[in-house]
Amino acid sequence: MVTRGFSSGRRPPTDTDARIPPGQYLEQGFPVLSTGPTPRLRSEDWSFTLKHGPRPIKKWNWAEFNALPLTRMTRDIHCVTAWTKFDTAWQGVLIDDILADAGIEPPTAFTLAHSFDGYATNVPVKDLVAGKAMVALLYEGKPITPDHGGPARLLVPHLYFWKSAKWLNGLQFTERDEPGFWELRGYHIYGDPWREQRYSGDP
Amino acid sequence: MSEAAAAQSPWQTAKIIRIEKRTPRVTSFVFKLSRPFVYQAGQHVDVRLTAPDGYQARRSYSIASAPESGGTIELAIERLDDGEVSPFFHEVAVVGDEIELRGPLGGHFVWSDKDDGPLLLVGGGSGVVPLMAMVRHRAARKSSVPVALVFSARIWDEVIFRDELIKLDDRRDGFDLVLTLTREAARRPEDYSRRIDAQMMMQSMARLPEPPKLAFVCGSNAFVSTAAQALIDADVPASLIRTERYGV
Repeated sequence: MVTRGFSSGRRPPTDTDARIPPGQYLEQGFPVLSTGPTPRLRSEDWSFTLKHGPRPIKKWNWAEFNALPLTRMTRDIHCVTAWTKFDTAWQGVLIDDILADAGIEPPTAFTLAHSFDGYATNVPVKDLVAGKAMVALLYEGKPITPDHGGPARLLVPHLYFWKSAKWLNGLQFTERDEPGFWELRGYHIYGDPWREQRYSGDP
Repeated sequence: MSEAAAAQSPWQTAKIIRIEKRTPRVTSFVFKLSRPFVYQAGQHVDVRLTAPDGYQARRSYSIASAPESGGTIELAIERLDDGEVSPFFHEVAVVGDEIELRGPLGGHFVWSDKDDGPLLLVGGGSGVVPLMAMVRHRAARKSSVPVALVFSARIWDEVIFRDELIKLDDRRDGFDLVLTLTREAARRPEDYSRRIDAQMMMQSMARLPEPPKLAFVCGSNAFVSTAAQALIDADVPASLIRTERYGV
């Protein structure tokens, strides 16, 4: 439906069109969204636990985790609130490298990412491995600020950004695809920006 | 919200039936829904505008009206000078225009009178909008849940819903309004003229008969960060604080 009197808008330059998923607009800033107060975590209090169901597989403290191979990833990111930001530059540990350090193959096809504030979000294993995702430790070369999820956040840039859990403290393999925090509150179970999977019920 | 409920939130057209200027920068638009939906105080809708060539712009707006508003919703939209959708509403939209929207959306920043109280609401600028839906819901339900709203605005004339809020405050029925103006002197004895801090939070909570069971904080990111920290400094457990942030 054409909206009467709406013609101009803030169109992106045409050469960037192909990088902006449907319904998104280009944002230069880096908006902050979260469900509660920003946790102030000291890196010495930080840890990351890999689990299979309730059973811990391996746990790393900050120093141990930072000793894992660091990889650079520069990607466009897409928030379900409709902003897209180009070329965000992260460094962190690929999920592949975490699994290698734990000496395991993924035991199931699904995961829940968990955060220090109780947040959780589900991501299928196929969206985490083969270099697609990391636990990010640095943004633009500096420690990630608390507002943006520091000390460490998940980075799954090809899905809506609520999947890239802030203040990450663990990854849990689950037998089924179990909805997380927003997925239980009306948001899409998978969240592909290119298919505009914002809310549950979207195709 | 269950999956079935969300699947019932398709795009629909809604007609603007009333436009009311609230402050120099904020105007309310009341929409009649073509497909009325049940919603909770604090939820939002997505609005999308479509240009003749198919280009679409979409934004989320919190609902200001109470769920009891019956087939209509009020959106209070702040004009952002570098915005894309808000200038359309402020400069182009008139009564009778049809706009596409979908909702209700969001299932975390919501409150119902069946939930526990007391309730502490902290809003900055247009961040008061979803909190207003909660305050109006409480009034519509004649709820006795104690509620304190701490509302920060730059100046007296930028206090959105000012007359309505003061009228509700005057009822003395368990709803308490605390205004704080950051660029003007306070006008009422119970009000402040400074940025929100822990002391203000403690004094505002002292107006409640017992500590809040839940706190909702909404505004710009800078506002929410400051206000949430003030609450934590005032000994409100982080797990009781729900936030919603606008913009960068």
